[in-house]
Amino acid sequence: MRRQGMGLGNQSLSIKEKLYNLSFAYIYFIIIIAAIGTMMLYSASGGDWQPWASKHLIRFGISFCIMITLSLVDVKYYLRLAYPLFFLTVILLIIVEVEGHIGKGAQRWIDIGFIRIQPSEIMKISLILALAKYFHNSSIQSIENFRGIIIPGLMVAIPAILTVLQPDLGTALMMIFSAGVIFFIVGVQIWKFIVAGIAALISLPIIWHFLHDYQKERVYTFLNPERDPLGSGYNIIQSKIALGSGGIFGKGYLQGTQSHLNFLPEKHTDFIFTMLSEEFGMVGAVFVVIINMLIIAYGYSFALKTTGYFGKLVIIGLTTNYFIYVSMNTAMVLDLIPVVGIPLPLISYGGTVMMSVMASFGIILSFYINRHINIGKD
Amino acid sequence: MMNRDNDKGRILIKRALIMAAFNFFIMLAIILRLYHLQVYQADRYKTLADRNRISTRILIPHRGRIFDRNNEPLAVNQQNFQALIVAEQTTSIDETLKAFNEIMPLTEGEIDKIKKDLKKNKSFVPIKIKDNLSWEDMAKIQLHSSDLPGIFVDEGLLRHYPYGELTAHILGYVSYVTKDDLKKENDPLLEVPDFRIGRKGLEKTFEKKLRGKGGNLKLEVNAFGRIMQEIQRVDGIAGEDVTLSIDVRLQKKAHELFKDESGAAIVMDVNTGEVISFSSFPSFDPNLFIQGISTKDWEELQKSERNPLSNKAVSGQYSPGSTFKMVVALAALTDNIISTTSTEYCSGKTTLGNHIFHCWKHDGHGRIDLVEAIKHSCDIYFYNISQKLGIDKIYNMADKFGLGKKTGIGLDDERDGLIPNKDWKMKRFGEAWQQGESMISGIGQGYILTTPIQLAKMMAMIANNGVEVEPTFIKQNVLSKAPESLNIQKKYFDTVKAGMYEVVNISGGTAFMSKFDYKGKKMGGKTGTTQVKRISLKERQSGIIKQEDLPWKFRNHALFVGYAPHNNPKYAVVVIVEHGRSGSAVAAPIASKLLLEALKLDDEDIKE
Repeated sequence: MRRQGMGLGNQSLSIKEKLYNLSFAYIYFIIIIAAIGTMMLYSASGGDWQPWASKHLIRFGISFCIMITLSLVDVKYYLRLAYPLFFLTVILLIIVEVEGHIGKGAQRWIDIGFIRIQPSEIMKISLILALAKYFHNSSIQSIENFRGIIIPGLMVAIPAILTVLQPDLGTALMMIFSAGVIFFIVGVQIWKFIVAGIAALISLPIIWHFLHDYQKERVYTFLNPERDPLGSGYNIIQSKIALGSGGIFGKGYLQGTQSHLNFLPEKHTDFIFTMLSEEFGMVGAVFVVIINMLIIAYGYSFALKTTGYFGKLVIIGLTTNYFIYVSMNTAMVLDLIPVVGIPLPLISYGGTVMMSVMASFGIILSFYINRHINIGKD
Repeated sequence: MMNRDNDKGRILIKRALIMAAFNFFIMLAIILRLYHLQVYQADRYKTLADRNRISTRILIPHRGRIFDRNNEPLAVNQQNFQALIVAEQTTSIDETLKAFNEIMPLTEGEIDKIKKDLKKNKSFVPIKIKDNLSWEDMAKIQLHSSDLPGIFVDEGLLRHYPYGELTAHILGYVSYVTKDDLKKENDPLLEVPDFRIGRKGLEKTFEKKLRGKGGNLKLEVNAFGRIMQEIQRVDGIAGEDVTLSIDVRLQKKAHELFKDESGAAIVMDVNTGEVISFSSFPSFDPNLFIQGISTKDWEELQKSERNPLSNKAVSGQYSPGSTFKMVVALAALTDNIISTTSTEYCSGKTTLGNHIFHCWKHDGHGRIDLVEAIKHSCDIYFYNISQKLGIDKIYNMADKFGLGKKTGIGLDDERDGLIPNKDWKMKRFGEAWQQGESMISGIGQGYILTTPIQLAKMMAMIANNGVEVEPTFIKQNVLSKAPESLNIQKKYFDTVKAGMYEVVNISGGTAFMSKFDYKGKKMGGKTGTTQVKRISLKERQSGIIKQEDLPWKFRNHALFVGYAPHNNPKYAVVVIVEHGRSGSAVAAPIASKLLLEALKLDDEDIKE
C-alpha cells in the first residue's frame, strides 16, 4: 500500500506543468486583498508610504515568492515532514516558554539574528499537517473509537497549552478551533463534541482563574463596552463610531475622521478593517468580505477536487485557519465577540501573519496542482 | 477495507460541505452586522463621530464700553499681549526660557508656574509666559524671535479702567465667573474660562447690556485635542456702549480736594437728576481685580479702617445733622407752625421735663427768624418747631424728599437710611415715641440716618423748588417723564434758600469762608457737624475736648449740602467728610470748590 502510494507520487509534474495548473483566480484574490492592505496602510499613515505601506508591499513580495515556492513542492514531502515539523515546532514553543521565564515576562518569538520566528504561528500550519497525517493514516473505525482520538487530542492540547502560557489566548483558541474542524470533518461523532463542549464549560471557571487581568478586562469590556468608555471599552466604542459613521459609501479615501484624527486606535493593525469601512463604507467592507469568502470557497472547492485524503484535510484545515482570521477579526471590530487581538491577514500590518498565511496558500496551491495524485498511507 | 476507506472519504465530503455552509453563514452574519451599523445606525454614529471631531468654542464678544458725558472712555477693552510658549515647537524648554529671561526677566515664581503648566498640559498647548506686554516688549520678542523657538505673542482683550480710582465706586469692576454666577444663569459664555462678569457697580448693574452675545467657533480637533482646522465661525454681538452723566474732570477735582480724607462727594444736576460727580473716599484701583486680585492687595483693602471698598456715597448711613433743618423748616411752614417771618427765642438752651437741650452756641442766638436760624444753624429754633410739629409731620416731609429710602440710582449696595416715625418706633422697640426724640430729630440727629445720595436728591429738590428728580448715572438727552411737583408754595423754598444763601454769602453764616462769586454766580448751602461720640454732661462742664485731640474715629463727621447758582440753581452738591470735625471748616470748602469747578467747566464747554 505504502509502496504503491509512493509510486504514484513518483509520477510528479514538471515545473511548467505545475505553474500551468495553478489557480490564477485564487492568486488574483490574494493579490487584491494585499493591494487593499497596502492602500489602507498608506492611508493609515496619513497618506504616506512610510512607515507601513512600503514595508507591507515588500513583505508581500517576499511572501508571494515563498507561496509560489511552496506550491511547487512535491506533496509527498508535506506528508513525510508533517511529524518532524510538528515536533520541531513543539520544541520551539517550549524554548519560547523557557526564555519567557528567564527573560522579562511574555515573549512569543525566537530571535535568530536576521529574523524573528514566532513558533505559535508556525504551529498553526504544522498542527494541521500533523493532524491530517494522523487521520490520513487511521481507519474510520479508529476515528470513531474513543482511543483513536486520544493521540490527536494530545497533539492539539500540548501546543495549545504552551501557547496559552505565553500568554496568547487568541492563537490558542484558533488552534483549538481549526483542530476541532479537522476532527469534525474526519467523522468524529457529534456527541463527542457535545461532551467536549460541556467539559469546556465546566472548566471555564478554572480557565478564568488562569487568565491574565488584561484578558479578563477584554471579556468584561465585550460584555459592556460602555462600562469604561475611556479605558478598555474605548477602542470598541470608537471602532463602532468609525464604522457606523462611514455609512454606505464611506467618507472617502484618506478622509476617515475617526482614523485620521486618531480617535481609532490600532488602525494599522487589528482595527484596519474599521478604517477601511469608515473610508469606503459598507460597499468597501462588503467587497473585502466577499473576496475573502471567495478565497475560502475556492479553498473548499480545491479540497473537493483533490483526490487524496491527506490533501483534502490539509486544504480544509488551512482554509479554516484563514477563515478564523477573517471572521474573528471582523467580528471583533464589529463588536460581535470580545477583542481578542487577531489581525486581518494581508491587510493588517505585521510580517509573521502575512508569512504564515502566504505559506498556507502555497501549501494549498501545491495540493491543488497535484490534485490528481493520490498518496497512500505513510 | 476499500469500502471503509470510501466511507471515510464520503463522511469527509459530507462534513466538509457542512463546514463550508457554516463558514458561509458566519460571513453572512458579518455582512448583516455591517448593514446594521453602517446603514441602520449610521445617523447615530455620524453624530457621534462629529461630536468626537468637532469642538465648539464660544467666542467672547467685545464688552460694551463706558464713556463719561463728554465721551471720555472710562471702561475700555484693552489689547492684552501675552507671550506664550508651545513646548513641542522648541528643542529645549529650559534654553528657550533662559533666552526669554535675558530679554525680559522672569521671577522664580513665574518660571515655576510656567513649568508646572507645561507639565500639566499636552505639548502642543500654548502656555502663558507673561502678559500685559508693552509695544517695546513685543518688539524685543520679535527681534529675538530666532533665539526664542516656540514662543509667540497672542492678543486678548482685557477690561481696563483708564481713570482707575477716580471711577472705581461708580463703575465697579469685572472679575472671573464664580460657581454662584453659574447657578444664577445659563449663558454659555459663563463657561468660558477667560470670561469676566460685572462684579460691582455699574459693570454689574448694566451687565446684560454690556455683555453682548457670544459667538461660535467650530474647530476640528483630533483625539488629543489638537486643533486641525477651523470649520465655522459665527461672530458674536458686541455689548452696547453706555454713556454716563459723569464728568471725569469733576471726578478728578473731587479726588484732588479730598486728599486723604474719607467720605463721599456728589454733584448732581438739580433738574435732570444726572449725577455729574460721584465719589467715595478712599477709593481703590479697580484694575487690580481684572485678573484676580492678589492676596496681599486684597488684605490691604480689607484691613484699612477707612474701608476703601465700601461705597460710602450710597451705602454710608450718616446722621444728616443740621443739613436736615431745611426739611424741618419746610414741614413747619407748610403746617403753618411758623411763617416766613415769625421768630423764636434762643437763649442757648431749652428744657423738656428734666432734660436740658443745648444750642451749639452757648450764649444763644436771641430772637431770630427762619432765615437767621438757618444762617446760624440755631438748634433751639429747630428744637422748638419740631416739638410743635411732632415726628410724623417731619417724617412725611422727609419722605417727600426721598430720605430714608433707596433712590434707585442703580448700585446694588445702596442702603435705605432711616427716617423714624411713631409706628416705626412701636414696631422696632415696642415703645411709644417721646417728644424729646422729635426735638433731637429736628436737628437731624437721633434715629435719623441718610445716605449721601439721598441728601443729594433732597438738596436738588430744594434747589428746584420741589420738583421730583431721580438720581441717575445715565446721560439724559430728553427727560424720560414729566417731573412731578411736591405742591409746596414757592415762597417757602425762597425763604429756605434765602437762609442757605446767607449761610455762605453773609458774614456770620456758618460757611461764610467758602463763598465764591463766579461771574455773579453764587452758592447757597448748609453745613452740618454730627457727633460720632456723645458729649457727656461731665465733658460739657469740664470744657469740651478739642476735636483735634480725639482719636480719628471719634471725631465728628463734617457735612455740607449746597447748590449753585443761587439765582437759577443747576447743581446740587453733597460732601461728607468722615470724622472731618467740622462742616463749616472742612466740608464746606470742598463743596464750594467742587461747585465752582462745575460752573467753570460748563463755561469752558460752551466756549468750545
